[in-house]
Amino acid sequence: MNLDAKIPSGPLESKWTNHKFSSKLINPANKRKFSVIVVGTGLAGASASATLSELGYQVDTFCFHDSPRRAHSIAAQGGINAAKNYQNDGDSIHRLFYDTIKGGDFRAREANVYRLAEVSVNIIDQCVAQGVPFAREYGGQLANRSFGGAQVSRTFYARGQTGQQLLLGAYSALSKQIAAGAVRMHTRHEMLDLILVDGKARGIVTRNLVSGKLKTHMADVVVLATGGYSNVFYLSTNAKGCNVTATYRAHKRGAAFANPCYTQIHPTSIPPHGDKQAKLTLMSESLRNDGRIWVPKAVGDKRDANNIPEAERDYFLERKYPSYGNLAPRDIASRSAKEVCDEGRGVGPIGVGVYLDFRDSIKRLGHETIKQRYGNLLDMYRLITAENPYEEPMRIYPAPHYTMGGLWVDYNLMSTIPGLFVIGEANFSDHGANRLGASALMQGLADGYFVLPSTISNYLANEKLSKVPDDSPEALGVLREKQDEVNKLLAIKGKKSADVFHRELGKIMWDKCGMARNEQGLKEALKKIPELREEFWSNVSVSGSNEGLNQAIERAGRVADFLEYGELMCLDALTRTESCGGHFREESQTEEGEAKRDDQNFAFVSAWEYKGKNTAPVLHKEPLNFENVKLAERSYK
Amino acid sequence: MDFTLQVWRQDSPDKEGRFEVYRATNISSDMSFIEMLDSLNIELEQKGDTPVSYECDCLEGICGTCSLMINGRAHGPGACTTTCQLHMRSFQDGETIVIEPFRAKSFPVIKDLIVNRSAFDRIIQAGGFVTVRTGSAPDGNAIPISKIDADLAMDAAQCIGCGACVASCKNSSAMLFTAAKVSHLSYIPQGQPERMERAKKMIEQMDEEGFGACTNQAECEAVCPKGISIKFIARMNRDFIRSSF
Repeated sequence: MNLDAKIPSGPLESKWTNHKFSSKLINPANKRKFSVIVVGTGLAGASASATLSELGYQVDTFCFHDSPRRAHSIAAQGGINAAKNYQNDGDSIHRLFYDTIKGGDFRAREANVYRLAEVSVNIIDQCVAQGVPFAREYGGQLANRSFGGAQVSRTFYARGQTGQQLLLGAYSALSKQIAAGAVRMHTRHEMLDLILVDGKARGIVTRNLVSGKLKTHMADVVVLATGGYSNVFYLSTNAKGCNVTATYRAHKRGAAFANPCYTQIHPTSIPPHGDKQAKLTLMSESLRNDGRIWVPKAVGDKRDANNIPEAERDYFLERKYPSYGNLAPRDIASRSAKEVCDEGRGVGPIGVGVYLDFRDSIKRLGHETIKQRYGNLLDMYRLITAENPYEEPMRIYPAPHYTMGGLWVDYNLMSTIPGLFVIGEANFSDHGANRLGASALMQGLADGYFVLPSTISNYLANEKLSKVPDDSPEALGVLREKQDEVNKLLAIKGKKSADVFHRELGKIMWDKCGMARNEQGLKEALKKIPELREEFWSNVSVSGSNEGLNQAIERAGRVADFLEYGELMCLDALTRTESCGGHFREESQTEEGEAKRDDQNFAFVSAWEYKGKNTAPVLHKEPLNFENVKLAERSYK
Repeated sequence: MDFTLQVWRQDSPDKEGRFEVYRATNISSDMSFIEMLDSLNIELEQKGDTPVSYECDCLEGICGTCSLMINGRAHGPGACTTTCQLHMRSFQDGETIVIEPFRAKSFPVIKDLIVNRSAFDRIIQAGGFVTVRTGSAPDGNAIPISKIDADLAMDAAQCIGCGACVASCKNSSAMLFTAAKVSHLSYIPQGQPERMERAKKMIEQMDEEGFGACTNQAECEAVCPKGISIKFIARMNRDFIRSSF
C-alpha cells in the first residue's frame, strides 16, 4: 500500500495556491460529461454536492434520512472558527493554523491544516451570502465568541444553533441545484458497499429504505461524506442513525483507515441517568466561556451545590491550567473531570458529573445577558433534567462526541482507492489527535465548498475513464454479495435485538477504549469483541422481511459493522503506546498525570489495511514532518 | 411507571391501518418518550414480532426527524418541545397513551408512524434559497445587518421542518413552515433581490402539494417546537400580495 500524501512543494503559505494553479482544469462544456456520486448530506456532503453541480458535473447525492436537511451537522451548537481577525485581537491564518496543529497534539499534517485555516475566511463570506443569520453586533458587524484551545475570539455563531443554520444554508444551496435539475437527490437510500472497477471507485450499492430494494449506481468518482463513528460507544452525543457502515465497507474494499483510536470525548454533556438511555445530550462547549467548572473539595460531600461555601469548592480547571482555565481543550477538560469523579468528588445522584456554574457570570453580566448568550441551551438543560440552571449549577460529564480518525486521504482528499474521495468527519485529515471546538463545521465546509471541487477536477482531467453500466459484472457481483448479507441477517432468527448487542459493545468500548486506555484493558476488549460478534451472527433477532420498510434490518447491518470496527479501534489504541490528544494511554503520562507524547517513535499517521475476514489488518505508517512548527509539549498551564 | 399504549399500525401506504394495544412496563420517569418506545421495540423484537416503525435521529430536538401525535397533540404535551425531548414524567402512571402519525393528505403514511414529508423539501426547492454560487461572496462584514434584523431572521430561521404545524392544522396548512423560510430571508439584505418572487413561488408550490389555506387559528404556533410566531405568516402574505404588483 502506497501512502503518498502528495503534499505540494514550496513554502507553507503558497502550497494551496500553487497546487490549484498546477491542477488541470476541465472546460465548462466538458464538465457535464462527468458524473459524481456523493454519499451523505451533512455540511461536507451538501456543500460538495451544491458546489460540484454548480461547476457543471452531474451529481447524484444519497442520504439515509427522509430529507438532506436532517444530517447530524444540524446538531452542532457552538460555532465555526475563521481567521478573520475582526476583533483585532492578534488572530491570523498562521495563528489558527498553529492553534489547530497544537490542539491536535502535533499529529496532523501541516499542509492540510494550513489550507484549512486559509479557506476558513471564505466560508464565513459564503455563508453570509447564503443568508445564514449569524449573530451581529449593534453596529451590524459579525459577532464573535471565544472557544476552547484559543486565546483569541474567532468563533462565529448563530445562537446555540450554528450547525443548524450552516446546514440549512448548505441545504438551501443544494435545494437550488436540485430544482435546477443539476443534482439528483436520493433520500432514504443507505449505501451498503462500494463498487470497484479496474481498481478504481466507480459506484455504490444502495438499499432503498422504503422498498427494501438493492440497486447499483455508477459514476466516474465516489465521494463519501458519511460522518464519524462515535456511536461505536452506543452512548454518544451523535444522532441515532450515525454509523460507520459506508467508511468501514470502503475500508474492506481497500481504503486504508487512519488513526481509528483518535476519538474525542466532549467535556460538557448531560450526565448519564440509567441503563435504558438512548443517547447523551451535548451541552455546547461555549458554555465554558461564562460557566465555571467545579466539584466539592471534600470526597463524598453530598450537600446541595448552593450550600457549599466558596472556600470548599475546587475550580479544578482554573487551578490546574491558570492561563486557559475553563477554556482548556476538550481532551484535557474531559480527563480532569474523570479524575475528580474517580477520586470520589463527582456530583449528582450516581457521582458521575461535575458542576458548570453560571452564578458568578449572572452576578457580573446579569440574567438577561446570560439568557441572550445561552438561553436555548439552558432551556434544553431544564427540559431534560427538570432543574433550573439559572438557580443551581448545571451538572455535566464527558461523552463521546467526535472522531478524528477516518479514512486515510492524501492532500487531494482522495483515499488509497483511486477515485474514492472522503470529506468532513469521515476522513482523518485535519484534527490530529484532538479537535478544537468550532473546527468541525469549518472543516466540513472547507472540504465541500473549496477543497474537493478543485482537487476532484484535477483527478477527472487526468484519468481516462470509460463509462461503466449499472449492470456491469463488477456491479452485479457486489449487488449479489449484499443481497446475500441481508438474507443472512434475516435467516438467523435469534433471540436478541441488535440494539442489545450494540449496548454491550458500547460498554466494552467505553470501559476499555474510552477516556483512558491501557494494555491489559485493550487486550481484554480484543478478546471480548470477537466473542460478541460471533454471538451476534448466531443469535441476533431481525424480524420482518426485506420487502418494504424494515428498520430492524437497518439497525442490524450497522451494528454488524460496529462489531468489526471496534476491534480495529482497540488494535490501533494498543499499538500506539504513547498518549496524544484524545488518546490517553495510562502507561504514558507525566508525573502530574498529563498525557505524554512520544515524538521519537509515534510522529506518524497509522493507516490500517484490511487483509480479509480472519487475517489481522496491516499497519502502514505515514511519517509526519514538521517544518514550520516546533514540536512542543502541549501545555495549557 | 406503567402505561397502556394504543399505537397506530399500518403495513404500507395502500393498506388499511388499525390501533394495536401494548403494555409498557417498568418505565422510569426520566426516560424520554423515544426511549420508552425503544424499550417496547426491543421486547417485540426479542419475541420475534415486528417492531413499531417510527422516526427519530438527533434526540435533542433539532433535526426535525421525530414526529407523532401523542394523545391528539403534535409532539405531545408541553410547549416548545419535540417528541424526542418529551419525558415520561409528563405523564401519569397507569395512563393510556394514544400514538398516531402526523396526519395530512400531503404527508402520506409510509409505515406505522412514519410519514412522507418530502413535500417540504419541494417547497424549499421552489425558492427557499439565495441564488449565489460558491466563491462569489463578498467579505462577510461588507454589508452590515442590524442586530434587530439578524435576530428576527434567526427567530424565523430556527424552524426544524418537522411538520407539527401541518399535523395540528384543521386545514393541513403549511403556512407556518413556508412563512418561516420566506421571513428569514426577507429580513436580511441578501434575501432582497428575490424576495417577492420567492414568496410567490413557494406559496404556489405549497398549494400544488395539496396543503390547505390558513384560517388564523394559530394551532400551528401552539405546537411548534421552536415557538415560531404566526406573525411571520402575516409578513409572508404581505410579500405575496406585493409580488403581484
